[in-house]
Amino acid sequence: MANPATDRPTRGRHHTVQPRLRDRIVDRRKFLIYLGAGSTLTVATKLGLDVLAPGSASAVPTPSLPQPADLRDLGDILILSGKPTEALLFTVEVTEDGRVRAELPRMEVGQGLTTAVAMLVAEELDLQLDQVDMPLAPARPELLMNQLTGGSNSIRSVYGPVRAAAAAARTRLCEAAANRWGVAVDGLRTEAGRVVGADGRTAGYGELTRLAATLPIGELVTKPKSPSEFKLVGTPQQRVDARAMVTGAFKYTLDLDIKGATPAMVRRPPTINGTVEAVNNEDEVRAMPGVLDIAVIDTGVAVVAETFGQALDAKDALDVTWGAGTVDDVSDEDIFKKLRQATVPLVPPVSLPNQLDFEFDWAPINHAPMETNSAVADVRNGRAEIWGGMKSPIVAQQQIAKELGLPPGKVVCHVVQSGGSFGRRLFWDGPLEAARISKATGRVIKLMWSRIDDMRHGRARPAAHHRFRATIGPDTVLRLEHHTAFVETDWTHGLGEILTATSAELPAGNFGFAQTVFMLTVKSPYNFGVVEQVLNEVPLKMHTGAWRSVYSVSSRCGEEIVVDEVAAKLGKDPYEFRRAFLKTDAQRAVLDKVAKEGDWGRSMDDGFAQGIAFHEEYKSRTACLVEIDARDPHDPRVTKAVIAGDYGLPINPRGLKAQLLGGLTDAISVTLRAGLHIDKGLPLEGSYSQFHYARQVDSPTDVQIFILPGESEPGGAGELGVPAAAGAIANAYARATGIAPRSFPINFPVDFEPFPR
Amino acid sequence: MPSYSFTVNGRKVAVDAPADLPTLWALRDKLGVTGPKYGCGIDVCKACTSHLDGEAFNPCVTPVSEVEGREVTTIEGLADGDNLHPVQEAWLEQDVAQCGYCQPGQIMAAVALLNKTSKPTDDEIDEIENVCRCGTYFRIREAIKSAAEKM
Ligand code: FES
Ligand code: FES
Repeated sequence: MANPATDRPTRGRHHTVQPRLRDRIVDRRKFLIYLGAGSTLTVATKLGLDVLAPGSASAVPTPSLPQPADLRDLGDILILSGKPTEALLFTVEVTEDGRVRAELPRMEVGQGLTTAVAMLVAEELDLQLDQVDMPLAPARPELLMNQLTGGSNSIRSVYGPVRAAAAAARTRLCEAAANRWGVAVDGLRTEAGRVVGADGRTAGYGELTRLAATLPIGELVTKPKSPSEFKLVGTPQQRVDARAMVTGAFKYTLDLDIKGATPAMVRRPPTINGTVEAVNNEDEVRAMPGVLDIAVIDTGVAVVAETFGQALDAKDALDVTWGAGTVDDVSDEDIFKKLRQATVPLVPPVSLPNQLDFEFDWAPINHAPMETNSAVADVRNGRAEIWGGMKSPIVAQQQIAKELGLPPGKVVCHVVQSGGSFGRRLFWDGPLEAARISKATGRVIKLMWSRIDDMRHGRARPAAHHRFRATIGPDTVLRLEHHTAFVETDWTHGLGEILTATSAELPAGNFGFAQTVFMLTVKSPYNFGVVEQVLNEVPLKMHTGAWRSVYSVSSRCGEEIVVDEVAAKLGKDPYEFRRAFLKTDAQRAVLDKVAKEGDWGRSMDDGFAQGIAFHEEYKSRTACLVEIDARDPHDPRVTKAVIAGDYGLPINPRGLKAQLLGGLTDAISVTLRAGLHIDKGLPLEGSYSQFHYARQVDSPTDVQIFILPGESEPGGAGELGVPAAAGAIANAYARATGIAPRSFPINFPVDFEPFPR
Repeated sequence: MPSYSFTVNGRKVAVDAPADLPTLWALRDKLGVTGPKYGCGIDVCKACTSHLDGEAFNPCVTPVSEVEGREVTTIEGLADGDNLHPVQEAWLEQDVAQCGYCQPGQIMAAVALLNKTSKPTDDEIDEIENVCRCGTYFRIREAIKSAAEKM
């Protein structure tokens, strides 16, 4: 076969890659670049030179959990655990129509990753954003701990690897053009998907890709662009999937057209983790219209039917005798009593005259993504294929294989972009349950949880109690003690693969994990002398999980309330006080920005007030100023918000603003009205009519968000927005009403008739 | 089993279904029209919002027997071929969608509002009850206002 572009013979579709075809990327990390098999240019990064001696991925040691002092934040631990495999992350392929395709080994759930990472690829290759295709990668077990989407770590962990791969592809395309034109590569540049010669002639990537794949050249040295050369990165871009979303064309898990997939739902117990003892009317329910099958599984009774409407009716019609669950006697009162007891006491127990003490309670809160837990499963003939939202697909695949008694190689997990997560889809309980139903019935099924089940049997950020003590001197804070107890947060997804997931399952393993995450995420940004933070956990067998900004929402919101009250005690303005005690100019820059743009300190009518707060996490920082109308303290509304974010290096400012907007709405919800009441082993809340996540009527009519420019390294984005906004809202509420908030959400009556269990 | 005929996005359809089957499942499970989303099934989240004879309705609580002979428009039927509806355009311009799951319902609710009033006030926009768990409300508000200007 000849390549028409060059008349050179090519080696056919599946040539073997020669070891000499190694390109080297010069970056802060080093990557070896290999050519993948194929007739068009496919570059894959392999093990980094400075990480480990080259070897197979299976020879990579599993890093143990580092000590907090070794590291600076949770993102660092995730990057470190992914480091042995980071160079395996991306394969960049240039197709003959000039498009570039790279699978993303992270999950998109609305946070805009596919857009931001595609921007990095387009930047390196001088392409339009819409010339890059970025589907989500299925479970890739060779990535070990490097396929987990969480900890605001995605951009931070892929920033180096994806640019390395794309830069290598660009260099190779230039070499191909130089070879074809018989000129030196030095004078060539790339522009708009083409290589441009010194004399102005051009060749499209599509024309060059075959040649680039087979060029018999030795080592190439290339260098990704430096941030000062960025043209696309740092400019506001629309989401790559926006059009599909507004036309209804976008396919979520249950919109996929998978042959033979039949609706399935599960009747769940009246208390968390209750068991099925007997199904008393199976025959009757089997005879209902549309019902195809019924099966008892670990989590309840599954019904398969022609439509979800019929599955829903049938599961509701089931008469089941239930065994006890794991927290049947547990209600809010017991939970908060246990939490208070578990919070390490402050010494002395009664504060001294120069000490201010604070106690805060936080209700549990469901993740409540709009798309309920769902998955499609085909478990037949000794193999399994699963489709669903999985933020830790490797461990999902491993655990599902274990449960089904199949070798992991017989289980394929397709990662499907989901309708929200907020931490929920770190767990694979939906995909696992779908696999169980498919196995039990021998059918291809699509599982959907009802909203009520998602609310009551889904996961939640657990309840928490916080105690703070600020010891003050004249004009200063000498010491800040922060002792907290949470109902145990489930970390058994580990770092996304089975080894660390198993270690989290060991006795005390989860506690160690929780401590590590707490120590690596919760910190005071202020110069408050001696700062002490202590987490304790109350193990209760409920369904919990990391919820956007995990321990920080309540910890940092609490501290921001402390800051306001200490400032008041010292007779200082809350903004000036923060300014004086923050540690760095970068921190002060975001605070100053909101104070200026938000006209801090303007006079307001009775019942209205401003509030301000700051938060720093994952190497990013933000400040938030809100105005609240709390003339009716039982029905306050945040009317305006001014937010500033500093991400070190903003990739897509428009996407970052979206994340801050989402963080603001979360903060409005969890601070003012949204939470779960636990009553005898089950949340009372069953739908959005009862769980008061904010709606349009609760949302401000004026929101201004500013992203500060920067050219360092990108920091975390997904979780940053919640704690500062929560602190600002709580502080505004206190100033408007004179009521010091101590229990969250602030307004939290049971104002509804709960659904039957 | 009875059969019901109606129009979906200008196309005549007939489905065999029990009379009380919610239209949402007739659309999704029988006709493969997956734009309208399930979020609660009890007329609370509004994710399924579509139009019945030009007015907003919630197919999760509307039995299929009630749509017999009528015109259902879902998000898929809003654009005119490749030409998006001005509200869809405004959604793109404001880059509203995050996870996107609520947005078909949000857009259909916004179109219904703009069909009633060409210059909606903030109070009227506040009446849209559709939940957006990603918290995109402010961009939705801006998109509605910008669409109103253009329509
Ligand atoms: S699914 Fe129809 S209103 Fe929620
Ligand atoms: S965009 Fe995710 S629920 Fe609205």
